[in-house]
Amino acid sequence: MTWLDDSALERLRHAASSPDLEGTRYRLIDKLGEGGMGGVFRVEDRVLEREVALKVIGVSDPDGVLAIRLLQEARVIAKLEHPGIVPVHDAGTLPDGRPYYTMKLVQGKRLDEHAKDVKGLSDKLRIFLRICDTVGFAHAHHVLHRDLTPANVMVGPFGEVLLMDWGLSKLLYGSAGRKVADRDGSNSGKFAGAPTTAHGSVLGTPGYMAPEQRRGECPVDQRADIFSLGAILEFLLNDASAVPRALDAIRRQAMAEDPSHRYQRVPDLASDVAHFLDGLAVSAYPEGPLARLWRWAGRNRAWIGLLLAYVITRVLLIFFRPH
Amino acid sequence: MAYDSNMGDTGRFPRTRWSVIEGARSVHTEERQRALGVLVSAYWKPVYKYIRLRWNKENEDAQDLTQDFFARLLEKQLLDRFDPGRARLRTYLRVCIDGLVMNTDKSSQRLKRGGEVAFLALDFESAEGELSKTQVSPPGNPEEMFAHEFARSLFGLAVARLRRECEADGKGAHFRLLELYDIEEGGKELTYEQVAQRFGIKVTDVTNYLAFARREFRRIVLEELRTMTSSEDEFRREAQALLGVKLG
Repeated sequence: MTWLDDSALERLRHAASSPDLEGTRYRLIDKLGEGGMGGVFRVEDRVLEREVALKVIGVSDPDGVLAIRLLQEARVIAKLEHPGIVPVHDAGTLPDGRPYYTMKLVQGKRLDEHAKDVKGLSDKLRIFLRICDTVGFAHAHHVLHRDLTPANVMVGPFGEVLLMDWGLSKLLYGSAGRKVADRDGSNSGKFAGAPTTAHGSVLGTPGYMAPEQRRGECPVDQRADIFSLGAILEFLLNDASAVPRALDAIRRQAMAEDPSHRYQRVPDLASDVAHFLDGLAVSAYPEGPLARLWRWAGRNRAWIGLLLAYVITRVLLIFFRPH
Repeated sequence: MAYDSNMGDTGRFPRTRWSVIEGARSVHTEERQRALGVLVSAYWKPVYKYIRLRWNKENEDAQDLTQDFFARLLEKQLLDRFDPGRARLRTYLRVCIDGLVMNTDKSSQRLKRGGEVAFLALDFESAEGELSKTQVSPPGNPEEMFAHEFARSLFGLAVARLRRECEADGKGAHFRLLELYDIEEGGKELTYEQVAQRFGIKVTDVTNYLAFARREFRRIVLEELRTMTSSEDEFRREAQALLGVKLG
């Protein structure tokens, strides 16, 4: 048997796990990370002379489920043309038989890392609204993400917010409004069931998964994504010294145990957050007259200041006017 | 026959799963022997090194314990008690080794070999040589150390099998390119032209041959690994641990 030292072992490990790009237009540069079903690599597109990201399934997929899921992911992303979704360039099969797709190489930080650098609450909420905008767009095209977490959101150097990893995404309806098959290849024909592996384990990220998704229940609909958005909001509010009541009410409504108690559509959730940012009333937080007055005062600080300054000046003029 | 390279080699494995667990539980002696052969070829060095390092045993004691361990595997039907739902095969074997060493320490006795299991022809000298060549720190995490040695053993078997298959198919140059780039790291300083000249092939064939050899190496590693695991789930987890890739 051939003796392998540690460095040879590492080189062989790398050789065995790296995508075989021989005969393709791509040249391997390095590995960017691991996704839910395989690796993501930085490669050079030798034809267009640019770097792109290549996603490929793991080295073994005997039942073909991962291959189906990867192709479906590429198709879902290709269908969703939106500034918050990374465009797909190409899809195919590598010489080693593994399916792949390439997409724009995103330079930036994952939200779970980026959030530490964002100090202001309003800046965090603006990022959150961008995420809502993308998820709302996907829902409008009948696509559920089903794995919304801060780790699946990238914030680019110019503030662009991109939603990544659509590997668990699911198409709710076909173009004619028909119910369609699961994106994970299970072809149940049911309405958007919880994503599972071939061995029946529920897929998703604990802590961000809606209770009904965690339990593997059907049906799972857009309200499962709304729960995850609530969990992302909670993550963004984690280091806030005091969370305003109205904002906490929004979070709680988004993360309600019972889907019927949540926001029913992403635009409703986004609208409440935008209202909060503008100092307007939010639907999730019924306020009393005093709270309403206080919010109104906060929203009209400048006018109230001017009015007060005017009143004080008039009073002073009355008292100190020379007789 | 030495258990260093050929034992357990079934040539090109069939697509259907055959695992050492099934083999070891077979009622047929031949099948059990074959399963043990596969297990021995992949595990004897990790077992020996683990006993030497984790239990700090002397050379001869470690040799005896290694022999005892594999004898017990078959004679005591240890693999019958393995439950894939509770642990990986690799973890189970390591726990069995720990139990064997502890019990032997208590009783200061060795198993009397006989029956189906003969004294195994294991090249302990080479294992000792490897130990001296490797910078092995005292194992802080025995599981990791055992897993690392298992990976070394499995990759070594895969390289040996790749060499045989390439030579049998008249593709010796393909294997030697993999050897040059991935085992000896000698290709780094050479241009493709120099490598092509050395191997007497076209420049364009250098990358083609290398890609082929790597692809075959990956296939063999996964086939060997599939044999060493008892379920699809365990296979996926082991592949992730071995190759650092998630298989879903």
